[in-house]
Amino acid sequence: MKAPVSWIREHVDLPADVTTDDLARRLTALGLKLEAIERPGEQVTGPLVVGRVLSAEPEPQKNGKTINWCAVDVGDANGTGEPQGIVCGAHNFGVDDLVVVVLPGAVLPGDFAIAARKTYGHVSAGMICSAAELGLPADSYGSADGIVVLPAGAGEPGQDARGLLGLDEEVIEFEINPDRAYALSLRGVARDAALAYDLPASAFHDPCLREVPPADDAGHPVRVEDEVGCPVFVARTVSGIDPAAPTPTFMARRLALAGMRSVSVAVDVTNYVMLETGRPIHGYDADRLTGAVGVRRARDGERLTTLDGTVRALATDDLVVVDDSGIIGLGGVMGGQTTEMSATTTRVLVESAHWDATSMFRTGRRHKITSEAGKRNERGVDPTICEAAADRVVELLTTYAGGTTEPGVTVVGKAPQAPPITIARDLAARVTGMDVDETTAATHLRAVGCEVADGAGVLSVVPPPWRPDLSDPYDLVEEVARVVGYDTVPSVLPTPPAGRGLTRGQQLRRRVGRALAGAGHVEVITFPFLGEADLDKLGLPADDERRAVLRLANPLSAERPAMATTLLPGVLETVARNLGRGATDLAIFETGTVTLPRGGGPTPIHGVAHRPTPDEVAALDAALPDQPLHLVVAMTGRREREGWWGPGRVADWSDAVASVRTVAGVLGLELVARAAQRAPWHPGRCAELLIGSTSVGHAGELHPRVCRDLGLPARTVAAEVDLDVLLAHAVDVVVAPVLSDFPVAKEDVALLVDDTVPAADVADALRRGAGDLLESLRLFDVYTGEQVGAGKRSLAFALRFRAGDRTLTEQETGAARDAAVAVAAAECGAVQR
Amino acid sequence: MSGPNTDYDPVEVTPLGAEQVDEAREAALVAIAAADDLDSLKVVRTAHTGDRSPLALANREIGALPPQARKDAGRRVGQARGAVNQALAARTTELEAAHEARALVEEAVDVTLPADRVARGGRHPITLMSEHIGDLFVAMGWEVAEGPVVEAEWLNFDALNLGPDHPARTMQDTFWTEPADHHVVLRTHTSPVQARTMLTREPPIYVICPGRVFRTDEYDATHSPMFHQVEGLVVDRGISMAHLKGTLDHFATQLFGEGITTRFRPSYFPFTEPSAEVDLVCFVCRGDEPAVSSCRTCKGEGWIEWGGCGVVNPRVLTACGVDSEVFTGFAFGMGIDRSFMFRHGAEDLRDIFEGDVRYSAAFGTEL
Ligand SMILES: [Zn+2]
Repeated sequence: MKAPVSWIREHVDLPADVTTDDLARRLTALGLKLEAIERPGEQVTGPLVVGRVLSAEPEPQKNGKTINWCAVDVGDANGTGEPQGIVCGAHNFGVDDLVVVVLPGAVLPGDFAIAARKTYGHVSAGMICSAAELGLPADSYGSADGIVVLPAGAGEPGQDARGLLGLDEEVIEFEINPDRAYALSLRGVARDAALAYDLPASAFHDPCLREVPPADDAGHPVRVEDEVGCPVFVARTVSGIDPAAPTPTFMARRLALAGMRSVSVAVDVTNYVMLETGRPIHGYDADRLTGAVGVRRARDGERLTTLDGTVRALATDDLVVVDDSGIIGLGGVMGGQTTEMSATTTRVLVESAHWDATSMFRTGRRHKITSEAGKRNERGVDPTICEAAADRVVELLTTYAGGTTEPGVTVVGKAPQAPPITIARDLAARVTGMDVDETTAATHLRAVGCEVADGAGVLSVVPPPWRPDLSDPYDLVEEVARVVGYDTVPSVLPTPPAGRGLTRGQQLRRRVGRALAGAGHVEVITFPFLGEADLDKLGLPADDERRAVLRLANPLSAERPAMATTLLPGVLETVARNLGRGATDLAIFETGTVTLPRGGGPTPIHGVAHRPTPDEVAALDAALPDQPLHLVVAMTGRREREGWWGPGRVADWSDAVASVRTVAGVLGLELVARAAQRAPWHPGRCAELLIGSTSVGHAGELHPRVCRDLGLPARTVAAEVDLDVLLAHAVDVVVAPVLSDFPVAKEDVALLVDDTVPAADVADALRRGAGDLLESLRLFDVYTGEQVGAGKRSLAFALRFRAGDRTLTEQETGAARDAAVAVAAAECGAVQR
Repeated sequence: MSGPNTDYDPVEVTPLGAEQVDEAREAALVAIAAADDLDSLKVVRTAHTGDRSPLALANREIGALPPQARKDAGRRVGQARGAVNQALAARTTELEAAHEARALVEEAVDVTLPADRVARGGRHPITLMSEHIGDLFVAMGWEVAEGPVVEAEWLNFDALNLGPDHPARTMQDTFWTEPADHHVVLRTHTSPVQARTMLTREPPIYVICPGRVFRTDEYDATHSPMFHQVEGLVVDRGISMAHLKGTLDHFATQLFGEGITTRFRPSYFPFTEPSAEVDLVCFVCRGDEPAVSSCRTCKGEGWIEWGGCGVVNPRVLTACGVDSEVFTGFAFGMGIDRSFMFRHGAEDLRDIFEGDVRYSAAFGTEL
């Protein structure tokens, strides 16, 4: 909402010394938030005057253009009184027209200094201005591609043009919240300005407080079938309008300052009254109406071409205006083409109707129409001002457009009245914690327009008709609070009961992040969206469960219209981006939820009158997709750097496994690995990681084709695990170990096995065979080569034995070792070397 | 070795003679002092204390002396051997110390050589910021609540007094999922976590809800379809806007430093009534003249917008099963990304989501 300060002052007697900055600040404190203060003339300095065109000689040029060589009367503004010679490229004017002339010495917006200059064979001493050249909206004074032509009589040649164009104005632009629709009008802004300066009621001049002629049966007939949708419909008719009459300068100026286009005098008048009163007005070409005007809901299959030329299929709860010819408008939202006011309209039916806000909202949203009228109607307009607003339109049309009031005032329906709200006298003090006594609360409620009646311990409050947003006691508390001033709310710390700290899950997640960062991984955050191409690039088979995605109805990008089922695409893209920015060695990770649909069906929409039952809450959750927390790690380049200490070490598949083991380690978990085949990993270099028999995810080297398709270096490695599963298994309380101080006995065994036998299986066999005396077992060497022969490999294990109650004898240790080897031999075909 | 004849009375020279013992002792002490490393000292030790050394020989001859002479000679030889052993020990210590000192000098390295064998890791600053904020509130006895990102429409809107026809629903540019009749959205705020908290536990409630939220904003330097929000909710007896103000003042000071307090302006949110927008004292100019008038951070206002807040609308309490006659509450919500950008002077929101490792690595593991 853009409110010119001069227009605000027309409706409220503000002290003369009130600055625009202070006004804006105080209104912001009352809830009308300052967006910007505009001073359109700020960048125009020097002589800018009204000129009368004395002659305009068209001169065709070689470049195909035709310029006008003009003589313009600028009075004494040029110091000589002689006509000013000016070259002008526009053609939307003629001799005798009043135009706006900027003279040499002036500066226009963009630091454009005006000087006499030679052009097209003349000395052009100044410029005839367009609105855009003056920093005003291009279409604010007539044609957007021409110069400003002022209405006849708007001023005298030589007169300063600033005031006429509003260049001496200041405009406050407010960001109006949905609950303060009343402030989408000068009426509302002025009312709050009076409140802001604590002015007496007499200082506010309500534009809707006017004598209106009484309703009668002589006006245009109106039949409202839906009184809920349209409680009030006022119709007045004005005839004899001169469609070519110029919009008066003050009106064009104010509309321009408020950011509205000047169209024609009749349309401009309806917009002007809307800005002034907040009540949207629709004007019909009365000569194009046939029969009575009616209001009803649309019927199935009905269509309407709205005045923007769009054919709209109507829904049965759209409110429509009809006449004998059919539907002529979407009530309160947009008029129809057939009865639109045009350049030949001389007779106007003025509609000033009150519409149901919810219905307006639904229709606006359904047909994707946003308009100044719709914005006001869907937020709620004062229903009691329909007659006053219509009368104001009639007044302006007869004053400025040459119209005559036709007899007859049609008023159908009656403004609905809001029920009183009962509010505890001390509620405002209790809810705000401010020092506001019960009398003050009542006083402030009256100040914002409420009728307040005293009851026992309560106030009975009837909100004013322009405040349809006030319906609950707490709404009234806010009104009291904003008048008292939000800056007086005291600052008091509440005292919660003893808390339980972070949950175990929260603590563990921090632990995981720290462990990975400590091991040299860098955390990233990516958007959880993906598309089919992402999954194709990962090489997922057609039936891979990660292809079952939750799709967005309104994705930002057509390439990524679904919620991620894997974090790999985002993380791998990040790897590529970092490489593109010059990085060579990368270890990055992300933790985030993925979305796994589970066919839960619709989530229920419960009522809001009471809490849903636990079963109903559970039903909400059951219908949502599964959203487990995943961890993805990706590495490329060197895991350990090269340096003066020697060569570095390139990250390989085992580093991806190691990263997951790092995470498992800080959770007190030991992971088991087994060979797996799963996209996007290399089929021979992919480990499935498990806790016991529960899979937590996969790690290894990416498939060479995946690296190629994603533009990643060969042998990039990655892991993706379900962190929720890991966290769920995290060891809660570690039982303290009992340490034996008897000596350790070490035995190394080298076992020859087929190279298809997993090392983990051999280790497992050894462990089981070694029995209770085994303290630890570690694979320390893998050998392949001529000495062991093709298809074989030698695995060297270090075994440590210890007993809790004695020093082991060589015989005991040897027997345990032999038992271990025996099991490995039996289960894995191992042969001791 | 013989001593000089001091007179013309010839004397029989024996190893036990006083002069011989003294000479042997002196010779040993000189040799010990002359040894300049542990190896030569070892040779000296053998020569002067070994089995064939003069003092060892003398010692062996003591037994052959007549009893009255044995005592004198024993004492003389014993003292000499003691002095030599003492000198040897002392010299050994000296030479060992010198040897070690020399070795330490020789082993010195250039400690300015790089020691960055594994590149430094780092956690994402937004993760760190979320945790830091969590810690501030946990320190006050609050708890950190969480909930799903893909959320039921009822919890994201209806339960929060955003009915199907509420104009504010269009203010929130919501990502809807398919099919539309499943009523599932990407949460537009973390408020559904507040609703979930009220649905599943009884007051008093003191929680903050940090997390990812989504709006259909095109991605640029100040907008992102995904961002992070932290909301707070208190439901207890006797809670007022004053408690909200106290909490946010404390939060602001803890997060941004001493003197950074808050200001309320009337605003509108469906889930709170009264509602306020909360501004922070500009932490660049602190609102002080003359710095404020040229301050680019607050554009001369002295305040910067931080978030929204208010008293929990009783309609929300009712929908979530809290008796609004007994309990009141307050709620607030701030952007974590925005707060991070303020606190750390970050200028482009995209740096947060592009995953450039240089960004996260700069923050290490704690803020
Ligand atoms: Zn500042």
